[in-house]
Amino acid sequence: MFRRERSIPLRGSAAALCNNLSVLQLPVRNLTHFGVVHGPSAQLLSAAPEGVPLAQRQLQAKEGAGVSPPLITQVHWCVLPFRVLLVLTSHRGIQMYESDGSVMVYWHALDAGDASLVQAVFARGIAASGHFICVGMWSGRVLVFDIPAKGPNIVLSEELAGHQTPITDIATEPAQGQLDCKPLENRDCVADMVTADDSGLLCVWQSGPEFKLLTRIPGFGVPCPSVQLWQGTVAAGYGNGQVRLYEASTGTLHVQIDAHARAICALDLAPEVGKLLSAAEDTFVHIWQLSRSPEGGYIEVEHCHGECVPDTQVCGARFCDPSGSSFAVTGYDLAEILRFSSM
Amino acid sequence: MSVRTLPLLFLNLGGEMLYILDQRLRAQNIPGDKARKVLNDIISTMFNRKFMEELFKPQELYSKKALRTVYDRLAHASIMRLNQASMDKLYDLMTMAFKYQVLLCPRPKDVLLVTFNHLDAIKGFIQDSPTILHQVDETFQQLTEIYGGLSAGEFQLIRQTLLIFFQDLHIRVSIFLKDKVQNSNGRFVLPVSGPLPWGTKVPGLVRTFNNKGEEVRKVEFKHGGSYVAAPKEGSFELYGDRVLKLGTNMYSVNRPMETHMSGASENLAAQTQESIAPNPLAKEELNLLARLIGGMEIKKPSGPEPGFRLNLFTTDEEEEQAALTRPEELFYEVINIQATQDQQTNEELARIMGEFEILDQPRRSASKGDDLLAMMDEL
Repeated sequence: MFRRERSIPLRGSAAALCNNLSVLQLPVRNLTHFGVVHGPSAQLLSAAPEGVPLAQRQLQAKEGAGVSPPLITQVHWCVLPFRVLLVLTSHRGIQMYESDGSVMVYWHALDAGDASLVQAVFARGIAASGHFICVGMWSGRVLVFDIPAKGPNIVLSEELAGHQTPITDIATEPAQGQLDCKPLENRDCVADMVTADDSGLLCVWQSGPEFKLLTRIPGFGVPCPSVQLWQGTVAAGYGNGQVRLYEASTGTLHVQIDAHARAICALDLAPEVGKLLSAAEDTFVHIWQLSRSPEGGYIEVEHCHGECVPDTQVCGARFCDPSGSSFAVTGYDLAEILRFSSM
Repeated sequence: MSVRTLPLLFLNLGGEMLYILDQRLRAQNIPGDKARKVLNDIISTMFNRKFMEELFKPQELYSKKALRTVYDRLAHASIMRLNQASMDKLYDLMTMAFKYQVLLCPRPKDVLLVTFNHLDAIKGFIQDSPTILHQVDETFQQLTEIYGGLSAGEFQLIRQTLLIFFQDLHIRVSIFLKDKVQNSNGRFVLPVSGPLPWGTKVPGLVRTFNNKGEEVRKVEFKHGGSYVAAPKEGSFELYGDRVLKLGTNMYSVNRPMETHMSGASENLAAQTQESIAPNPLAKEELNLLARLIGGMEIKKPSGPEPGFRLNLFTTDEEEEQAALTRPEELFYEVINIQATQDQQTNEELARIMGEFEILDQPRRSASKGDDLLAMMDEL
């Protein structure tokens, strides 16, 4: 059972985007950072454990050519081995900041060269993989940036081709959970990144100085707005309300959940305990327990809890602590972050 | 965001505008032939080929200010006149209605069905005018050509673009409050029951498969809602059962049209952000706007047909009162195009601009009817 905790007010309401909440847990400093996209600006704020807001900052999308002010598509903290960077994607480019948003350390302008007149040009989908940050594009390409331990000397090291439609989300294996695909399988393949796109296609990658495409998991006519990766299992949320779990190395479907009545907008993981959170435009947030069956080692899913956020088209949801005992939710048009914790 | 959103925004808002005008014309007992003329004039201006051509070009959405200017022009495409307060209210009702429809669309693609519902109703208004009917059908074809092949992902982007446009609008509408589709805080009710989107299964099932793809386990869970599968998919053909009720005329019965201003807007900071848009952008937008409105062929009233004023409120006093008490953050600033003429060097643009008339100045008379109207305005 979960109960509503004190909400955290936002300066601006949340935009109707997917994955519109990023959380950086800093248990050592007893702080939690939240990031929400409003539209042409994104709001960062830090809060104490009871949800008391401490500091806030607004970031703007960097201007460029065009009629209207550029819109931000996503804001996300990337935890790298030696530093944490905040990444902001928009219709003009990619902005990277120090984790508190105080200093921009890198700007990459989008090259709209290949786009036809009818294509929207934007960056979307952000994830950290080792010392790389991967960012998705409207074209389906994924840019891989090499991040130094400190300083602004960030370099675009690779451009991954695997998708033909706009990237929606990218997920990487959480550092602690880095395992081989399956004990009995070829130990050479380590699937540690998955990318998803508007057609529902998933690509599974192995990171490295050069990223290698391991598997492709085809879509079925609906977008896959959100994806997670845990111990060799891909969890994907789809536009028709389904959550599907696949074996990352082979692409085999193992679990199919008719989870929501509307499009899924966010998935999150509490990797230490194997909890998965799914949120959708149907106003519901569901929490699932992932495990491996004793026979066969297949991934299994059990429903733990469902929470209705009345009259709210949820657009972002994240766990707020490593044990998955609390989570936060943002909703379209809502100027606050809703918090829930288990009793 | 998506560059394919403007036609859908324009046609649906236009449809809502016609529903409201039709109802007010009847409520105010405007003679049938006059009422029909007004609707015919507006519809034929809306679906003018040159205008539609501009509209359907891939482009970013206009600002709320710019779009409001287009509807001001459209509402005055005939012998009917609206005071500022009535025009404001009309626009409030239009925007909240379409916001509601977009929000409640089960699938992003269903916004096309909502558009078709509006077009079907528009055709009902002009049944006796084959030329205009043909124009509407042509627009239908264009919609099918452009949107028929879009993917679910592209429709999702269009939906997100529309919702960003409507963000932070919380005007309370009587008819919505009465029907319990809007809460007293201005937010729409999102039901957790009813028909599912086409292609979505009833939530509540977890199926597990082995390596060979065989189902090895099936477990139900309690999902919290009370949904049923959609009976059938709405038709995207020229004629057909749309199934979806969103976008049909909710004013066909004599329904109350009040809007509530107090406490209507939240996030004042977010609102004022919109009205202080930097000037360099405004000029670019002005160019697009001029091209769009330039394509509108507004018919000058011909013959001795006298104009009349439509009131969106029940009495003139109410209308005056509404004008005085409208909260500042909800002022729709209509773009004063003539004031920026000195910035334009383009001749063609200047010519189109010359055809614009500022709304609150008496119109240059082209006929007896206009003279009468000008005199009435000065009373």
